[in-house]
Amino acid sequence: MSFHPKMAYDATFHKSSRTLADPGPPFTFTPERRARLDEVLTRYPPDRKRSAVLPALYLAQQQHGYITGNAMRHIAEILEITPADVEDVVSYYTMFYTKPVGRFVLNVCRTLSCALNGAERVTEELCAKLHIKPGETDTSGTFTLVEVECLGACDRAPVVMVNDAWHECVSPESVGHMLDSLRTRGESALTGCHLAVEKR
Amino acid sequence: MEPLLTQDVRKPNGYTLDFYVEHDGYAGLRRALGMAPDQIIEMVKASGLRGRGGAGFPTGTKWQFVDKKSPNPRYIACNADESEPGTFKDHVLMERNPHLLIEGCAIACYAIGAKVAYIYIRGEFLHVQQVLEAQIAEAYKAGYLGKNILGSGFDCDVWIHRGAGAYEAGEETALLESLEGKRAQPRNKPPFPAVVGLYNCPTAVNNVETLCNVPLIVKNGAEWFAALGPEKNGGPKLYCISGQVKRPGVYEASMHVTLRELIEGERYAGGAREGRTLKAIIPGGSSVPVLLPEQLDVPASFDAVQKAGSLLGSAGIIVCDDTTCMVWLAENLLHFYRHESCGKCTPCREGTDWLHKILHRIERGEGQMRDLDLLASISAQIGGKTLCAFGDAAITPVQTTLKHFRHEYEAHIREGRCTLVADWRARQPIGAH
Ligand SMILES: Cc1cc2nc3c(=O)[nH]c(=O)nc-3n(C[C@H](O)[C@H](O)[C@H](O)COP(=O)(O)O)c2cc1C
Ligand code: SF4
Ligand code: FES
Repeated sequence: MSFHPKMAYDATFHKSSRTLADPGPPFTFTPERRARLDEVLTRYPPDRKRSAVLPALYLAQQQHGYITGNAMRHIAEILEITPADVEDVVSYYTMFYTKPVGRFVLNVCRTLSCALNGAERVTEELCAKLHIKPGETDTSGTFTLVEVECLGACDRAPVVMVNDAWHECVSPESVGHMLDSLRTRGESALTGCHLAVEKR
Repeated sequence: MEPLLTQDVRKPNGYTLDFYVEHDGYAGLRRALGMAPDQIIEMVKASGLRGRGGAGFPTGTKWQFVDKKSPNPRYIACNADESEPGTFKDHVLMERNPHLLIEGCAIACYAIGAKVAYIYIRGEFLHVQQVLEAQIAEAYKAGYLGKNILGSGFDCDVWIHRGAGAYEAGEETALLESLEGKRAQPRNKPPFPAVVGLYNCPTAVNNVETLCNVPLIVKNGAEWFAALGPEKNGGPKLYCISGQVKRPGVYEASMHVTLRELIEGERYAGGAREGRTLKAIIPGGSSVPVLLPEQLDVPASFDAVQKAGSLLGSAGIIVCDDTTCMVWLAENLLHFYRHESCGKCTPCREGTDWLHKILHRIERGEGQMRDLDLLASISAQIGGKTLCAFGDAAITPVQTTLKHFRHEYEAHIREGRCTLVADWRARQPIGAH
């Protein structure tokens, strides 16, 4: 049902259309991660434990690869909030996964400056090489392809963020090499932040 | 003007505490701690420093508004979200000149009477965060942060808070919500953060580059700072130039510099690429109106760019050459806005989706002439009717391309295809979710 007289309303992609994550196996933080979280909690006022929900979710994602229902429940208990509060946050932010992802998540920036420098072609090449569409994981479970919005390194466009590491000045011709070296050398194959690389 | 914020960013050890201290670092903090907090606020006011996050609001005035009578603690929230498309200056400062920001945070805390500063950094900047975290630890060890700083009795903590991928977290009240562990959705204003901010306590939200200017002001004086630029636009400014130019990058200059010098000057971006000409320039991040090549002979200052019909915003200058289709550009940006709308208010949540859909079909050549009126009408229904400035930002690409390049829209509809398909674009429409 549309509220605009001339605009049809059909299936819309929106963050709110995401559904609840699967509960997954039982979840508790490893002692080291729990200690880390307790340390993070000291940064916020004692009655504001909820502030640590993002750090807690990062720790959970590090531990299990993605965020499960049980992880959300565990975090809710520690932070003294409801599981719904945690899910609310998980479903909002794009950097938390509620499903398993490949060993390398290729986040290709698609926003203007990158697109003006060939980001669409880069995505196209990656799709063709991995036989997947954006949002999917290849059959070997090695690569997940995601299109993301501006990563804040537009002078080195197009930019690809692989997990948390950056690879810049990518071109459609160079993605094959990038995939191969990721397979063999892992994240050390990436160029890293552009400041480490000298000016053009 | 010689660079002041970025002069050492390319030196291999330029980011270390030793290097910083050797080059007169933390002298501003030392000086500040000998002054009364109100004196510092007066000094920042007199310097005319304006916020570098986008709105250009005078920083001293913002600090003055911080409620001093409240019994609650006060906070500094440093906005390191840097998500505006075309903006990439703050991470350079954080990664290559981290102590300048740490010093700025400490002085700001002292000036408004806060004991804690949170640096809200976007989740994608993990490599930057790691450098910053290590340098904050160094500053604690050397006594520039923590308890009884430099023997003055002043305590100050600086913590990093990592975001998780949300453009809207850059809006100041959404940032505070996110810091409190909620969705990054803005609050109603007023009350402003200076009165009711983080944990309902008085809070000043300042951009990274803004805070980095504070030590310079305290060290060298308000008059010196103001004299660096045109009236009311003092101090050094970082410009981010990206898109279709020869040498994209971050350039520091005084706001006397013109947009044309920045884009075409040999010291700066070097102009359009071989054989290409400029077509359109977005001077302040994706949220501001487009300027045409003949409008570039104005100083790149907050006031002059506004007079020219656009805004300096975050100084993220995006340059498009003659291979760029303006309908495609609007579609690309509306994809961004539709994805990043926080969903709190209906005009923005639904409207950005509608706008994107219509632009998508016009770009593919399936549009009709009446779609142009539809675009204008939906934009008008969003503009000024939303909770935060995002709504106005989202319609800007549509409104300005329609204003300056209506003929390109009409050509798409008449010909049933995009008439300017460049070789850097996809062969097939991809990712059409
Ligand atoms: C949708 C939206 C996104 C914003 N994103 C950012 C951002 O990424 N970084 C930033 O510094 N300011 C951003 N701002 C501006 C902030 O709301 C705020 O004005 C700024 O942090 C204030 O700091 P300043 O006075 O030092 O500029 C954004 C504003 C809006 C409305
Ligand atoms: S204008 Fe958009 S981004 Fe801002 S509060 Fe409303 S829905 Fe959220
Ligand atoms: S547009 Fe890709 S990093 Fe900014």
